[in-house]
Amino acid sequence: MNIHEYQAKEVFRKYGVPTPEGGVAFSSEEARRVAEDLDSDLWVVKAQIHAGGRGKAGGVKLAKSLDEVEEIANEMLGMTLVTHQTGPEGKVVKKVYIEEGADIKAEYYLGMVLDRALEMPVMMASTEGGMEIEEVAAKTPEKIVKVAIDPTIGFKPFHARKLAFGLGLGKDEQKSFIKFAAALYNVYMDNDAEMIEINPLIKTGEGKFIALDAKMGFDDNALYKHHEIAEMRDLDEEEPTEAEAKRHGLSYIKLDGNVGCMVNGAGLAMATMDIIKHEGGEPANFLDVGGAANPDTVAKGFEIILSDKNVKSIFVNIFGGIVRCDRVANGILEATKRVEVSVPVVVRLDGTNAIEAAEILRNANIQNIIPATDLEDGAKKAVAVAKGDK
Amino acid sequence: MSILVNKDTKAIVQGFTGKEGTFHAEQCMAYGTNIVGGVTPNKGGMTHLGKPVFNTVEEAVQATDATVSMIFVPPAFVADAVMEAADGGIELAVIITEGAPVKDMMYAKHYAQKKGMMTIGPNCPGIITAEECKLGIMPGNIFKKGNVGLISKSGTLTYEASNQVVKAGFGITTAIGIGGDPIIGLSYKQLLPMFEADPETEAIVMIGEIGGDLEIQAAKLIKEQITKPVIAFIAGQTAPKGKRMGHAGAIISGSKGTAAEKMQALKEAGAYVVESPADIGATVVKALAEKK
Repeated sequence: MNIHEYQAKEVFRKYGVPTPEGGVAFSSEEARRVAEDLDSDLWVVKAQIHAGGRGKAGGVKLAKSLDEVEEIANEMLGMTLVTHQTGPEGKVVKKVYIEEGADIKAEYYLGMVLDRALEMPVMMASTEGGMEIEEVAAKTPEKIVKVAIDPTIGFKPFHARKLAFGLGLGKDEQKSFIKFAAALYNVYMDNDAEMIEINPLIKTGEGKFIALDAKMGFDDNALYKHHEIAEMRDLDEEEPTEAEAKRHGLSYIKLDGNVGCMVNGAGLAMATMDIIKHEGGEPANFLDVGGAANPDTVAKGFEIILSDKNVKSIFVNIFGGIVRCDRVANGILEATKRVEVSVPVVVRLDGTNAIEAAEILRNANIQNIIPATDLEDGAKKAVAVAKGDK
Repeated sequence: MSILVNKDTKAIVQGFTGKEGTFHAEQCMAYGTNIVGGVTPNKGGMTHLGKPVFNTVEEAVQATDATVSMIFVPPAFVADAVMEAADGGIELAVIITEGAPVKDMMYAKHYAQKKGMMTIGPNCPGIITAEECKLGIMPGNIFKKGNVGLISKSGTLTYEASNQVVKAGFGITTAIGIGGDPIIGLSYKQLLPMFEADPETEAIVMIGEIGGDLEIQAAKLIKEQITKPVIAFIAGQTAPKGKRMGHAGAIISGSKGTAAEKMQALKEAGAYVVESPADIGATVVKALAEKK
């Protein structure tokens, strides 16, 4: 789960990670009030969406007066921001963050993420603040300095010194940086964060380090430990159908094709998308119905897939293990009674009791249901009907 | 022969008396697995499914000489269970639990390594040596005995692959679902050499996914150490960048971790890379024919 910049900065402050003063606003009047309360004569108005690249897209603007704060907030609220991370459809701005202007002497990058190969968190820093870190990694990897932190010893001064020397910081600046990095490590570990990115981290004229931006993502599996973080979830930032699927224990991601897929297991679901493409079609979605595949989940699955009007056929691909195929077949029949399935459904059931399942489907004799013998046969049939071939 | 587990393996179940633990322990015993007991705190002294229940792993190991533990403990407590297994003298923990916090597993794995305990999972179907020992939630009937080793990140795709291998007229030595979480136990890197050393295994099927770089590491190892044919499929060729696909591990970040990159690396390492998931069985036939 990701949170907004203003929320991440709230978390930072709790741990003593320095940030500029600021507040969130949902209207231009509120934006003015927030600005008034800040002891500053220069403000930054920042669109709050879960995506990077806001500055270039016009989502971060400087204001020199309270009137200007109100004006910019007014323009920004309700606008659709398109950045390289939002996709072409962009994201509607529903809140802005008003922050005091900062005295920027230098910009850096600082981030934390799990290194899966080393199986420990890594803190990364770079002198190339304000730039896309992936771009820096690709073009000038020598400008990124990394330290892997063994969680059993925790973040030590030597880790911080290594980063500070890598950034070329002088003796006087090191102290402020080391304190900053140590606090950030605590933010990451205490909250089961998946990722933290500060871009830019700035050094002020006085040599102090401040997080000018903040992005944070959390491990969904650990949210039960952190109620205050879980409450920061912003449903506006989630695709409504995907969120709806999640509430029913399904994992759904909408894609651009016209062959709907309903599969048990994430790996097989991805493989099903792959084979549809391989057979010349385009998958309309990823949908993992999980281990259960009972009438309720299957019916919900049909509903969600059919909410996408591009869908011309549905490929149900279930490999029955502990879940027996005959039960799944009955579930499918039951689901078609509850939901009006307007497109042909190709059904491939394999594994435990597959023969009985085929019998059940054949006897039901529903016109819209086309049985398939295996993965390839199912994919071919689903692609063919989506194209209008019989 | 086989790898890691066989008919002589003595196993316990942590979370033995819970709903999941009970159901799957029963299935495993029906398959022929030698489950010698289980652990559920505060239920020590009971008998469950005809086997003794212990309060701690240490007691269970002392009383039964078990070397393997299959873990069904709920996500919030699973890291503790894994560390208890390591502390109690277990040699291999098979962690089925789905939804374990990544940080918890990170600590658990570090401790397991320190104690010399191997782990499989979490969030995985487990391990099965065909017709000898099943420690997991996979349907046993799909895994007929044969000469193909199977390593997979995904659950149902493991069943699909085994089914194809069996339908093609071959069978499985041992199949391991390694799980798709960011922190996992045994992976291709450790398992491929085990299959290489197993005289019964003649070919190895490996199923990967987008995200992370385990398959890239595997490619390097295949090139250097593996002489047996490796048949590889990578799921997620059509997955959009940056989208999450149900498994926490399956995230593409930048260019690293794409299916294309992994398939290329495996091809260069000499593996038989399968583009359509329907061709796994046929490719095993081809690989074994070319070997002779």
